[in-house]
Amino acid sequence: MKKLKITVLIFTLLSLTIVSCKDIKKQEVKEENHSKMNYDNSSEFNKKMDSEDKYSDTKQVMSNYMVLKDALVATDKNEAAKAGNKMVSTLKGFDVEVYSAEEQEELKDIIIDAIEHAEHIAKSEMDHQREHFKTLSKDMIDLIVITGTENTLYQQFCPMYDKGSAWLSMDKEIKNPYYGSKMLTCGKVQNEIN
Amino acid sequence: MKTVKIIALVLLVVFVGIQFVPKELNQSKAVPKTDFMLVHNVPKAIQHKLEASCYDCHSNNTAYPWYNKIQPVAWFLEDHVKNGKAALNFSEWGTLSNRRKASKFRSIIKQLEGNKMPLSSYTVIHSNAIFSRVEKQRVIQYITQLKDSLSN
Repeated sequence: MKKLKITVLIFTLLSLTIVSCKDIKKQEVKEENHSKMNYDNSSEFNKKMDSEDKYSDTKQVMSNYMVLKDALVATDKNEAAKAGNKMVSTLKGFDVEVYSAEEQEELKDIIIDAIEHAEHIAKSEMDHQREHFKTLSKDMIDLIVITGTENTLYQQFCPMYDKGSAWLSMDKEIKNPYYGSKMLTCGKVQNEIN
Repeated sequence: MKTVKIIALVLLVVFVGIQFVPKELNQSKAVPKTDFMLVHNVPKAIQHKLEASCYDCHSNNTAYPWYNKIQPVAWFLEDHVKNGKAALNFSEWGTLSNRRKASKFRSIIKQLEGNKMPLSSYTVIHSNAIFSRVEKQRVIQYITQLKDSLSN
């Protein structure tokens, strides 16, 4: 009889746990939606700020990108992963509202793509990081076309890596992020972006 | 001895208990217009290979094995499918922009080249999902072709 009681008790507890687990899941989803709403409100607020600030998100993304690029030049996997992580969070907070509807569409597309590549860089081995860096660089080059840039950027090109790959740099001097010290000065300046 | 019995009993109760938790199945009868196979004119052989090797976790329609009726196996599979679809969903392929498609094409090629996909835990049971050398080469060639046609 005692055994039966224990069994019933355990069973009841279990069902309760399972049911409450489900509830927690639902709640999390709700909270997520809620924070999204907050985010929308805050971007509405940002819109009203000075147009000078239009560059601030781009600047932040670019500065993360440059740290990442330098880590790849130095063949430093951990630094690159860290920079990738930073870039993910900066990109997620990128305010597209200050741009026209058409530009927003394009920017959102670029940003979603870039986030995916930055996420991969944050958790991959060096060779994988470089693969994703190639596409991420393309995304950044396209981003700059829309947002413009305050600082002069150099679009550089390595003809050897994966049938030819581009990247962005603040310096004119070539330091190749795809090969690092193995072929540090391989490449050329393709374009100067002002 | 008594504690062993109780533990065994508890485990049994847990096992029986979780069988009653409702499952969410990833299944849909209709093939949406956005499906990879309808967006691209995919050759039959490649279509069959992709469906056999990828679609269980990378589409809105999973062909479940019998053991999906048993928990906690079903949870394990549900998680796999969820993650798989988040990374790539062939059913919603048509909704992606060219930029996103290009990125996905690149990932598909890299995953196949690196033998990262299909997962070995999947091919252990689904032996028809394994890519032979020739099949792999053909699929990679086809995907590369699609990728290159995007950038033009």
